Amino acid sequence: MLSQDIATVLPELVLAIYTMLALLLAVYTGKDGLTQLVTWATAAVMVAVALWVAVAGAGSQTAFGGLFVDDAFARFAKVVILLAGASVLLISEGYMAKRGLARFEYPLLIALATIGMMAMVSAGDLMALYMGLELQSLALYVVAAMDRDSKTSTEAGLKYFVLGALSSGLLLYGASLVYGYAGTTSFAGILSLVQHDVPVGLLFGLVFMLAGLAFKISAAPFHMWTPDVYEGAPTPITAFFATAPKIAAMALIARLVHGAFGGITPQWTQVLAALSVVSMFVGALAAIGQKDIKRLMAYSSIAHMGFALMGMASGTVFGVQAMLVYMAIYVTMNLGTFAFILSLEMDGKPVTDIALLNQFSKREPLKALAVLVLMFSLAGVPPMLGFFGKFYVLKAAVDAGMGWLATAGVVASVIGAFYYLRIVYFMYFGAEQAGADSKMAPIQWLALMGVAVVMLAGVINFFGLEPAAIAAAASLAG
Amino acid sequence: MNTLISLITFVPAVAAAIMALFLRGNDPAAQRNAKWLALFATVVSFALSLVLLKGFDPANTGFQFVEDRPWIMGLHYKMGVDGISILFVMLTTFLMPITIASCWNVQTRVKDYMIAFLLLETLMLGVFTALDLVLFYLFFEAGLIPMFLIIGIWGGVNRIYAAFKFFLYTFLGSVLMLVAMVAMYHAAGTTDIPTLMTYQFSHEPMVALGMTITGGLQTLLFLAFFASFAVKMPMWPVHTWLPDAHVQAPTAGSVVLAAILLKMGGYGFLRFSMPMFPVAAHLWTPVVFWMSAIAIVYTSLVALVQTDMKKLVAYSSVAHMGYVTLGIFAMNAQGVDGAIFQMLSHGFISGAMFLCVGVIYDRMHTREIDAYGGLVNRMPAYALVFMFFTMANVGLPGTSGFVGEFLTLMGVFQVNTWVAAVATSGVILSAAYGLWLYRRVVFGALVKEGLKTITDMTRRERAIFAPLIIMTLLLGVYPKVVTDIIDPSVQAMVANYAAAIPPASN
Repeated sequence: MLSQDIATVLPELVLAIYTMLALLLAVYTGKDGLTQLVTWATAAVMVAVALWVAVAGAGSQTAFGGLFVDDAFARFAKVVILLAGASVLLISEGYMAKRGLARFEYPLLIALATIGMMAMVSAGDLMALYMGLELQSLALYVVAAMDRDSKTSTEAGLKYFVLGALSSGLLLYGASLVYGYAGTTSFAGILSLVQHDVPVGLLFGLVFMLAGLAFKISAAPFHMWTPDVYEGAPTPITAFFATAPKIAAMALIARLVHGAFGGITPQWTQVLAALSVVSMFVGALAAIGQKDIKRLMAYSSIAHMGFALMGMASGTVFGVQAMLVYMAIYVTMNLGTFAFILSLEMDGKPVTDIALLNQFSKREPLKALAVLVLMFSLAGVPPMLGFFGKFYVLKAAVDAGMGWLATAGVVASVIGAFYYLRIVYFMYFGAEQAGADSKMAPIQWLALMGVAVVMLAGVINFFGLEPAAIAAAASLAG
Repeated sequence: MNTLISLITFVPAVAAAIMALFLRGNDPAAQRNAKWLALFATVVSFALSLVLLKGFDPANTGFQFVEDRPWIMGLHYKMGVDGISILFVMLTTFLMPITIASCWNVQTRVKDYMIAFLLLETLMLGVFTALDLVLFYLFFEAGLIPMFLIIGIWGGVNRIYAAFKFFLYTFLGSVLMLVAMVAMYHAAGTTDIPTLMTYQFSHEPMVALGMTITGGLQTLLFLAFFASFAVKMPMWPVHTWLPDAHVQAPTAGSVVLAAILLKMGGYGFLRFSMPMFPVAAHLWTPVVFWMSAIAIVYTSLVALVQTDMKKLVAYSSVAHMGYVTLGIFAMNAQGVDGAIFQMLSHGFISGAMFLCVGVIYDRMHTREIDAYGGLVNRMPAYALVFMFFTMANVGLPGTSGFVGEFLTLMGVFQVNTWVAAVATSGVILSAAYGLWLYRRVVFGALVKEGLKTITDMTRRERAIFAPLIIMTLLLGVYPKVVTDIIDPSVQAMVANYAAAIPPASN
């Protein structure tokens, strides 16, 4: 029995053991001198685990008496999380070294956070859910404050910690209510017990849990920490925040609402729809006045979370599929965009002011073109993949009879298009003046160009993303 | 599997890709290569479209040259033409070489300029040939990107405002259409346009937000599509983006905008609104009629007082598009034939009008009417060409402008006499602003210092206008070349429409 359990969690186990060994090695030997090696090794291990999960995984099995679930849904999310984490490590290596932030703790904390996320998406029980979430969050609090000598970075870390603790508290309180009324912490148990007559206390628990998780995906109105943390944390950390944790928390929500509360769909679709519509509008409206590209990306991520929630708010299997496709596309777009943001500098210092992109297309035509593709993709303009993400969630919403939500979403996307266009405007139409340079390591260049090409070429067949998402969504419902 | 249409559509995009990837440097040689490659690609596309026209069978009212491949999400990559769309394809491929030739003197970022136009051509052709809802939307919407850049990078002083207004205005219109498309996919279970054209969407009254909606789902879908096409067309009162975009866009951008992009609105009405939502279209016909009539009179009056030549031509475009919507919603053979004819004819004439403005703008760098006068003394050839197209714009018999206006008005007269009467007054107003503009620019004494050294049209400019003049005259004196192709398809559409309307409301 135990050997079977171990076999099920083996990918997580391998990554955890690697992380601990690397930690010991780095502490006892070269310390920060090993940072580059550790970074590359961590990324390599993460990619290897991702391939392993993608290729070797089959069917659905549970471990540790249902605490841990390994199914197509979890595997889909894990592959995206691992690849996103590895990509962030790779594109940020040069940046960290240049800014004197090259500490070996960075890749290892990212790896720990990744293990937490993998546990989250595989959670089959409220306890496992909380454990994975906290492992992820604690590692993230530390990396947010990575730049110890910078006031903004420390502030970002502290702010994230305090608000994150609050959200964890909400989540725990909700979980305790659910446990109190359902009498079990297992998702499968809750699913079989909670069908039609729902005690009000349990609904309270559900809402509190959703509120706590909404913090983690930075859905409005629980988004307040996002812009400050995005701006304050070192840019590679921001890139990580914007990608892997988002899909992990989103997948966790899907697991929770379908796996545990699948019997009372009408109760939570309203909550998710409300979160969705508020997020889309807050993200779109608040970003208009931003001058800092990292803050702008923070609001952009809030709006995108609103769209992903729209898919889930439909309460259908297709909605989950739409959410997964949307998140995979979103993560890819953000990786490319952050590869670009990381490379921006002026007189050797990193800059994030949008106005400094003035006439960037004259200095770097090819990079500007790639960023243009990314911006239109983020805005959801066809033929870029970003449009198909939107199309998926719109279809999920309309199929579920939520035409109003879809209409609100597209209106928000028009407002949101304004600020993506503003970046294009600065790059292409701006006045002639000194502006930021983009000094890219080959790997960053590859990330930016690769993502731009993916956004364009993906229109042909999504690179097989669709069947994987269908299988994942089906396994969650089954 | 017939790939001719894909070939026509994607030849310009392939040329653009080659240009982007392999054409290095920004020296005069590279610029020349970019221009010749762009011209070559557009001419190839035109030649291929002639093959298409030759193989097209007008008697067959279905879709021809259909190419159908499965795509993602149950969608299809499906392209094809029928009697309604084929001439728009021809119009596009015919005008693009002229457009490319007209911007031969552009100095800044020549390569990027050519790439933008080539991509735009692919996307416009895609709009007219796509037979899948989402594929159509993809082309329809993606066309905004190159146009946004064309206005924003190569435009005039206020280009940034105009570019943003253009993009956001049309984007808002089309995203509502996207929601409607998703709803259609949900209701009919397919995105195949030929299937949807025969699918009966529910028109049972429904209640939403406490209001009873007559025509039910059809009305909602119709209004969502209307939002998109009315902006694109543009119809009064959502036309305000057009004058800004036109004034700020470079000449070639204006030509494409007026001659082809505006036709997407009319094409959309013919392809989607009328065949797919006949009941709702019938309900809304009076509103559209009066909006068009107001557009014709109001924008003509506005055109009268313009001091900027391009703005004047832009407002006259809005007025002429008013005839198109009138003709389409009259929904009888004359009206629809006339509307399509008017769109084609307007493509040649308005394109030529913007080129006329461009000729003197290139020399004097101003579009103010007051800055000109007495040009006939130094530019006789130009005066003749400008005169010809002013007359065509006014709708002088013998030019294509007359046929289009006459047919649409005849169609409308059978349905609604009052609207026809109001709309006819627009013909007089268009003569007023057209001839007055001509008098102020071309006639009079040549007193302004700057104009005394102005030169007449070059050989390249004459070559650009020649095909436009030929087409305007040909369609004017022998409209049968067009109506023979479009009429069978139009007849079929009108018959389907009449059959779909419940007799009680007829």
